[in-house]
Amino acid sequence: MKLIDCPGIGPRPIGECVYGGPMLKEPDPAVATDAEWAGYVFPGSVVASGQPEWWFHRPSGTWFVAERDTTRDAILTTYLYRPGSREDEGGGDD
Amino acid sequence: MIAPARQPVLTPPGPLKDRYDAVIIGAGGHGLAAAYHLAKDHGITDVAVLDRGLIGRGNTGRNTAIVRANYLTSEGVRFYGRSVELWQGLSEDLGLNLFYSARGHLTLAHTDAAVRVGKWRAEVNRHEGVESRFIGPSEVKELCPMIDLDCGGYLPILGALYHPPGAIAAHDAVAWGYARAAQRLGVAVHQRTAVTDILVERGRVIGVTTPAGTIKTDRVLCAVAGHTPKLTQMVGLTTPITVHPLQACVSEPLQPWLDAIVVSASLHCYVSQDARGDLVLGASLDPYELHSQRSTLDFLEGLCGHLLDLFPFLGQVKINRQWAGMADMTPDFSPIMGVTPVEGFFLDSGWGTWGFKATPVCGETMAATVARGVNHELIEPFAIDRFERMLLVGEKGAASVGH
Repeated sequence: MKLIDCPGIGPRPIGECVYGGPMLKEPDPAVATDAEWAGYVFPGSVVASGQPEWWFHRPSGTWFVAERDTTRDAILTTYLYRPGSREDEGGGDD
Repeated sequence: MIAPARQPVLTPPGPLKDRYDAVIIGAGGHGLAAAYHLAKDHGITDVAVLDRGLIGRGNTGRNTAIVRANYLTSEGVRFYGRSVELWQGLSEDLGLNLFYSARGHLTLAHTDAAVRVGKWRAEVNRHEGVESRFIGPSEVKELCPMIDLDCGGYLPILGALYHPPGAIAAHDAVAWGYARAAQRLGVAVHQRTAVTDILVERGRVIGVTTPAGTIKTDRVLCAVAGHTPKLTQMVGLTTPITVHPLQACVSEPLQPWLDAIVVSASLHCYVSQDARGDLVLGASLDPYELHSQRSTLDFLEGLCGHLLDLFPFLGQVKINRQWAGMADMTPDFSPIMGVTPVEGFFLDSGWGTWGFKATPVCGETMAATVARGVNHELIEPFAIDRFERMLLVGEKGAASVGH
């Protein structure tokens, strides 16, 4: 059983969590081109490791951020989302 | 008596040249089939097929070898229907026994929603000339006497979509058959030759680089399944493809008892029995993105538990091997094929969990597309620009694999 370190709770079986996809900055739908909008709603694979991703711990109802190495199936770090933090450079949803 | 020396299937290709009319990246079934059809149908024989590993070692040799055409959309049924037609004559075409065996394919329905989708698929299939019909539990039992229709009591079988042409084949033989047939027509198959970069100048392809040197070409076909994002990155192209492992396993060999191919999306389980007697088993896609071929005990436990819901008598049977392939998934469960915004760069990708059955039709349609520079009519619905045009070809309802 693979474990993931849930922020605030500690290590939990990864099966309790749902992968929510990469953190992306939503383009302004009023000005985005069709291609930009498609790139946001249908994001492709990021080959580089350490990209911020959304994860959801079902039993506690907590959304958090994980960074992984997807070639080794390794979880590098997990943390709670904080507006204005590093992931906001490429992420942030408001 | 001395047995005659075994002839190698492939002769060594000779030195890598510095120019080809076309380069195909990926010596799996799809790439090799495209090479074969380029030579056979279009007279383009100055073709190199490059692979960083060995023939058929990627997803061609990692799938569960099921062939069927019982899809949900007209576009899908026409495309996979053409593939089944080609499959039926393929052993003769390639001069190699592919152990192609039409078994009948059962997609079990355990819920009212699944009954509705099964009937919907049957209607679309018949409209497009593909043999499929929805059958009740008693007919399921006739076709598959060992099945427990109650499934342990919690998901009883309400019926099934029955697709008589559904078949299995020996997947390694498919790769080797296409490789040999292509080579006999003049195609050079270079194994252990990685493409390290794709050279693009003013929006068009001019060549590829390999550790053995640079190759000039103005046509590159990328047929690399789960490695597609790395290759599209080389030409600066983005696609909606994400990569998830898809795991599978085989049991020890048993006496023949299972004729049909049995699929249950609700139970995340599909099973067939191959010519050697092994049960070939698959389940669901891994739930988060990975660029890895690792397999897990979680998968094996879940799959075997559900297999026992369907076939409780298998309790003492052992699993021999398990493995995984990297599935290049798309948002609508249809492939991404054909020309791209980079002139001379062609994609045969987005094959996710559904690529093996399409091998012959991909060869035929991608060869025509590479030869003419415009998409073959059967693959027009699968063009790369369909996402920004919001013209998706939704096939999730026809997927065997749980997602």
